[in-house]
Amino acid sequence: MRALVWHGKEDIRCDTVTDPEIEHERDAIIKVTSCAICGSDLHLFHNFIPAMMPGDIMGHETMGEVVEVGGGVNGALKKGERIVVPFTIICGECDQCRRGNFSVCETTNRNKALAEKVFGHTTAGLFGYTHITGGYPGGQAEYLRVPYADKTHIKIPDGITDEQALFLSDILPTGWQAAAQCDIEPTDTVAVWGCGPVGQMSIRSALLLGARQVIAIDRIAERLSMAEAGGAITIDFDKESVIERLNALTDHKGPDKCIDATGMESHVSMAQPDTLLDRAKQMFMLESDRPHVLREMIYVCRPGGVISVPGVYSGFSDKVPMGAFMNKGLTMRTGQTHVNRWTDDLVRRIEEGQIDPSFVITHRVALEQGPEMYRVFRDKQDSCVKVVLKP
Amino acid sequence: MNFLANVARSKGDPKIVSSGPSVRTPADRMARALGWFSIGLGTIELLAPHRLTRALGMPGKEGLVRACGLREILAGVMSLSVDKEIGLQSRVAGDGLDLLTLLPGLRFDNPRKGNVVLAILMVGAVTMLDVKGVQELAAQRDAKRGRRLLYPDRSGFPKGIETAKRAARQLPSRAGVS
Repeated sequence: MRALVWHGKEDIRCDTVTDPEIEHERDAIIKVTSCAICGSDLHLFHNFIPAMMPGDIMGHETMGEVVEVGGGVNGALKKGERIVVPFTIICGECDQCRRGNFSVCETTNRNKALAEKVFGHTTAGLFGYTHITGGYPGGQAEYLRVPYADKTHIKIPDGITDEQALFLSDILPTGWQAAAQCDIEPTDTVAVWGCGPVGQMSIRSALLLGARQVIAIDRIAERLSMAEAGGAITIDFDKESVIERLNALTDHKGPDKCIDATGMESHVSMAQPDTLLDRAKQMFMLESDRPHVLREMIYVCRPGGVISVPGVYSGFSDKVPMGAFMNKGLTMRTGQTHVNRWTDDLVRRIEEGQIDPSFVITHRVALEQGPEMYRVFRDKQDSCVKVVLKP
Repeated sequence: MNFLANVARSKGDPKIVSSGPSVRTPADRMARALGWFSIGLGTIELLAPHRLTRALGMPGKEGLVRACGLREILAGVMSLSVDKEIGLQSRVAGDGLDLLTLLPGLRFDNPRKGNVVLAILMVGAVTMLDVKGVQELAAQRDAKRGRRLLYPDRSGFPKGIETAKRAARQLPSRAGVS
């Protein structure tokens, strides 16, 4: 089969690889009908996430048709069924899965010992990601083996199209969780840093969860226009001071809830000198992340507010103002997404027409064009916001 | 390389049969090659400055050579990073400093003047490669701009924003709920 394979920094290729096989009785194989490139794939593209290995198949936003099931799937899936594959692999049986904390499933990471050394405890296995999270082959391919398939799936009703369903794998529940963990009140102003795909979903989720005002911060005109279309007031940080404008929009109280949909690769600019220092330190491996957005959120968030971090951070961040964080009594909530905690509700909302996540798709291409689309997406060429690949 | 990549795979995981073309451009490859060259040269300058100053007939300049070595290594690391254009620009600036450092070695009484001329020619050749790399990366960056579209009609709410807001207003407040 063909698959997008990681060969090193900025080197992803469309390779011919052997087909996946059922390894365990709880496995299933799907024929991929749609998959997407995620913002966090770019961290792998830049080799900012440690423990990638040449030969790793990329991709964790995938859906398709079941073509083979192992004996232990016990009727939970049947051949021919259309499923979305959540990016977190879950067993459904461990203590964390029973609590709904699916992204920290205690069972599915096959490199548990490595994760325990790096993070202190294991997290769930993830598709198409670092070997710290299991190094499972990803779904930017023609076929995908789904481990623990009896639990690791979302069945899609007939009335929902592939493009409406695909983002249940990651960015829709990620944006939803980012907003949900803000405990939004009807009087709240929610500020969202970063108007990439997760930021766009966070904006819509905050609005659906009842925020009085949603403010979106970015510098790319097309992304800001998409944010505005979703009901947000926009701030172009190249043209105006984020802190001054946020204060002006909130009677100098600051936003009640702040969402970091940017993560470890904040934009680097002369206007934000801390980003220059972060980039230099990152280059020489003195710091793994560029936490400019975290710093700004802590500074501007209303005392007693919540900071929600769906953006990916990989290791160590310097100069995070813990003094302000503590004295303002802020709460930070973060984590990889507990996808299956939210998907029943989100499938219902898509079916009812409350939200159609396909709005974010700007590019649809064949799998073979995937490697080039990594560059297009990374460089925001051609007004690219979200790329869907068709194997 | 594919053999090594396949050896590391788990038993049932797909293994590479044949590789497709890399998306690394010639400019990317040149930046990588110059980055590794920079690190190699910098390491020699840092670790063996006496041999270099002897070969160039410029004794007493060991500290300067070490400083150049450190600068070379920093520029090399930058050239290997995602911000390779900045790395190559810093290499061009460094080439200028290298030439300025070498020029005093052209004095008449230097018995190793021939080596200095050779070194200047080599720095000149590498400078041309560095400049070419910067130009190609800049051209690559400019070509990226492409079309610019705005998306004012992509709300994501099939029933409209106002309907979504109205539905949200029906949600109960969580204030006071523990």
